[in-house]
Amino acid sequence: MNIPKDLKYAKTHEWVRVESNITVVGITDHAQQELTDIVYVELPTIGAQIEAAKECAVVESVKAATDIYAPVSGEVVAVNDELSHAPELLNEDPYGKGWMFKVKISDPSELNELLSPDDYAHHVGA
Amino acid sequence: MADTATLRRTPLYSAHVKWGAKMVPFGGWEMPAQYSSIIEEHTVVRERVGLFDISHMGEVLVAGPNAERVLNHLLANDARKIAVGQAQYTLMCNEHGGVIDDLIVYRLEPSVYLLIINASNIETDFAWMNAHASASAVFENESDKTAALALQGPNAARLLADAAAQVPHFHIARLDVLGKRCWVARTGYTGEDGFELLCDAADAVELWNTLLARGREFGIQPCGLGARDTLRLEMCYPLNGSDMTKDTTPLEAGLGKFVVFDKGEFIGRDALFLQKEKGVARKLVAFKMVDKSPPPRSHYPIVAGARKIGEVTSGTQSPTLGIGIGMGYAETGCAQTGSRIEIQIRGKNHPAVIEDKPLLKKARVDT
Repeated sequence: MNIPKDLKYAKTHEWVRVESNITVVGITDHAQQELTDIVYVELPTIGAQIEAAKECAVVESVKAATDIYAPVSGEVVAVNDELSHAPELLNEDPYGKGWMFKVKISDPSELNELLSPDDYAHHVGA
Repeated sequence: MADTATLRRTPLYSAHVKWGAKMVPFGGWEMPAQYSSIIEEHTVVRERVGLFDISHMGEVLVAGPNAERVLNHLLANDARKIAVGQAQYTLMCNEHGGVIDDLIVYRLEPSVYLLIINASNIETDFAWMNAHASASAVFENESDKTAALALQGPNAARLLADAAAQVPHFHIARLDVLGKRCWVARTGYTGEDGFELLCDAADAVELWNTLLARGREFGIQPCGLGARDTLRLEMCYPLNGSDMTKDTTPLEAGLGKFVVFDKGEFIGRDALFLQKEKGVARKLVAFKMVDKSPPPRSHYPIVAGARKIGEVTSGTQSPTLGIGIGMGYAETGCAQTGSRIEIQIRGKNHPAVIEDKPLLKKARVDT
């Protein structure tokens, strides 16, 4: 179970990498292990305003569709186009090539609500 | 079946857990959905050989001098056509022609037939058969003492070369397989060559382990229900409970060739005959998505020209075809091969096209 030390985590299994006022968002190793066989990813549109804890994307595995929840609020400024022809990147490299979208955060205090790597590890029983 | 009832386990439960399977509820049983990845397991079956635990399925013996007559009354296909050692796909219908179950009948001996029935229906099928037997026959539910393994893929016949030589396609024989006495059927639900092995429940674990060991040189892997579903859906084999229910008939499902009207009376005959004369109002079609899209799934609306014309009953992303596929009932008028339709997914319509079954075209002849 891979839980990188330089990220923050949501209880709903999204991770966040903070790069000044832009955050990069993806799903955790725990999430991709649960999902396996990811075959389609529906990302938010660039320019969309997303709200923390609300659904903002969908990941489809062979067996089921799963909602992805925004870990922070703000404007979507980039999405990972690679995922449209290689959705399996979410399984293969969830913290690297499998990044999903970038958000210009509207409320930096929301970052304090996210879990530390240790708290997330505890949350998933790792 | 009560939702609160405990899930049943096959003799291979511990083996599945040991192999790292994700266990899920299916038809009242706790079964392996996958061990590694559904797509990987699917590909193993198409290219090498996969091993499935199908012990959750039911085995019922029907025996006696009236067995053929009783089966012909209970089932829609013609049991008289089954030679000793042969298998036949058939359907058990209610008085309205609705499908109670689809199953394979194997004639083990002149007056002894084995029925392999769906896991979720074992008790209800058995009760129905007993209640509706038109003459006296012996019915035995052997499900609890029987385990079953499906070995499927182009390498299955290489791994079990003896069985391959002795059991032709859609036949059954009693043989020793890797030291265990089994009924060996050359049948399956994947579209690949292979075997369904029935053994004593007590022999299941050893047979499973031996097959996985001996199969290593042929690239064997254990495969779960997830792959089983994608494999059968590429072949357009219906899944009872999804593609067929008590409210759908074999004729609507496109299985008219398994309904024999001139063999005499059988449960559902009158209703089906009427439907055949009138024509079916809806048909189970197979479709392929046109572009990359979210996978089609059960209950998604099927749309044609802004009108809902049906509903998806089974859908997935096809590992072999690399595109979304599915089946669903559509109004007969809109159900022609080549018709353009749309599948509504989360409020958005995605284009698809109706194709002939099976969706995966194979060089061999399949049932």
